[in-house]
Amino acid sequence: MAIAEFFLEPLTYRFMQSAFITSIAVGILASTLSVVIVLRGWALLGDAISHAVLPGLALAAVFNIPLTLGGALAGIISSFAIGVIEQKTRVRNDTAIGIVLTGAFALGLVAISKLRPTLDVFHILFGNVLAVSTYELQLTAAVAAAVLLFFGLFLKEIVAYTFDPVFASVAGLPSNLLHYILMVMISLAVIASLQTVGIILVVALLITPGATAQLLAKNLLQMFIISIAVGITSAIIGLYLSFYLAASSGGTIALTATAIFFAAFLAKRLTASAVSR
Amino acid sequence: MLSEAVVVDGLTVAYERIVALEDVSFKVFRGSITAVVGPNGSGKSSLFKALVGQVKPRRGVIKILGLDVSDARGKIAYVPQREEVYWDYPLTVWDVVAMGRIRNVGYLRSVKKNDEKVLAALEKTGLKELMHRKISELSGGQQQRAFIARAIAQEAEIYLLDEPLTGIDAESEDRLFDILSEMRRIGKTVIMTTHDLSSTFEFFDNILLLRNRVIAFGSPEKVLTAENLASAYGSERVAMHLTDVGRVAGWR
Ligand SMILES: Nc1ncnc2c1ncn2[C@@H]1O[C@H](COP(=O)(O)OP(=O)(O)OP(=O)(O)O)[C@@H](O)[C@H]1O
Ligand SMILES: [Mg+2]
Repeated sequence: MAIAEFFLEPLTYRFMQSAFITSIAVGILASTLSVVIVLRGWALLGDAISHAVLPGLALAAVFNIPLTLGGALAGIISSFAIGVIEQKTRVRNDTAIGIVLTGAFALGLVAISKLRPTLDVFHILFGNVLAVSTYELQLTAAVAAAVLLFFGLFLKEIVAYTFDPVFASVAGLPSNLLHYILMVMISLAVIASLQTVGIILVVALLITPGATAQLLAKNLLQMFIISIAVGITSAIIGLYLSFYLAASSGGTIALTATAIFFAAFLAKRLTASAVSR
Repeated sequence: MLSEAVVVDGLTVAYERIVALEDVSFKVFRGSITAVVGPNGSGKSSLFKALVGQVKPRRGVIKILGLDVSDARGKIAYVPQREEVYWDYPLTVWDVVAMGRIRNVGYLRSVKKNDEKVLAALEKTGLKELMHRKISELSGGQQQRAFIARAIAQEAEIYLLDEPLTGIDAESEDRLFDILSEMRRIGKTVIMTTHDLSSTFEFFDNILLLRNRVIAFGSPEKVLTAENLASAYGSERVAMHLTDVGRVAGWR
């Protein structure tokens, strides 16, 4: 089979076209957020929000409200709950996250199995790339555009708040608003990833691209560029792998991101030891 | 006319069971420099945290330029005793100091690379040569100075500096006192904590001597008496302070 054919053949299928566009959009939006998530140390928080979206989806299905809305609400409520538990009790941040994460996920599983046993949990958790609808494609593209716009317009405020929350608050920035906008965006990223990577493995795209960029970048701008490049590359290579191996797209996309991270890590080690020699 | 910059009345701050400040009242005027002095755990940092809204008072009233704490945000520059920032950010010294200009520059605009206020603040703190260094790669004292530079660039009305002299070298200390004099001249208000008054107490307009309550407040001569120092520090420490501070103050 010719090389060109290898790359072009998947694109002749309608569902694969949608899958590519959606995955790339998810890659861009998750890897943009990833920079802040990694620098601010929110990796576990991203994980918690992704798990917490499950009961939101289940309850939304039960009450016939849009899944997107239910999921986003659940993500925001859980990030709020984590903040409250942390502030009002003497529980550490990672412990608070652990409590909310497992509680919400358990609630989601119980709700689904009790109320909506027809909802395919496996697909929600790990994605089902065959089923990307036009609506989901548009939603994902819109969320990606919103995140890019928000970061483009308010980057200095986002950086100030996430780097030094006390300063941001004393200097008079709307810190709480910024915080919850970021939480909403993480929740929306999780929901947008529902079909392509699934709500569990989207965490790979929320953490790994930023971590890879942190290894290589010299400044913040470079970090965003590298992170987004890793996000897009993972989405594309992952989808090809998924197509040819007939494997779960969530799995192949997350694996690709992980492989890129380790490749960057090795490359950095090798160049560092070459220099010091 | 003298106008009040900070008015604190009956302030009580507590962390669950520990009472850090009890019934603290004082006021400072615009264009004055106040030193907050007291032993470890006497509530100095807690006072600052209450002034910037980082802790909620249990009782009492705080007015900043006549405003409530929540409305005074943006008018205060605060340099905490220990910066709790996320050091992983690949930000340079310039980036951090430029952050101070965030409100003045406004939304949807970026701070210009040749912003005069930023460069002046770097110059005053002796950080100009280091401005392209990453903040996480500075020494502790240099980091401290970078955060002071950010506060200067903020051009706030009121400066709260929690132990700005701790960990910086003699030259930087001199520079800081020059900066503070300049601030006083242009009508800014400074409140800072310090553990070392022996050579500098004359510099301050007011001294607030704390031990979870106000032991004394007023001019250095009035506050730095043997009796006051004894009730703040306990008798053992007093001897030292009397010879250090008392002698220089002309007290014997
Ligand atoms: N976050 C906190 N939680 C509980 N107690 C606290 C907290 N911060 C301070 N305290 C207590 O409040 C009291 C005053 O502390 P504070 O930090 O205000 O003292 P300080 O005068 O700044 O001391 P130092 O000279 O060591 O900086 C101390 O008894 C301290 O144990
Ligand atoms: Mg202190």
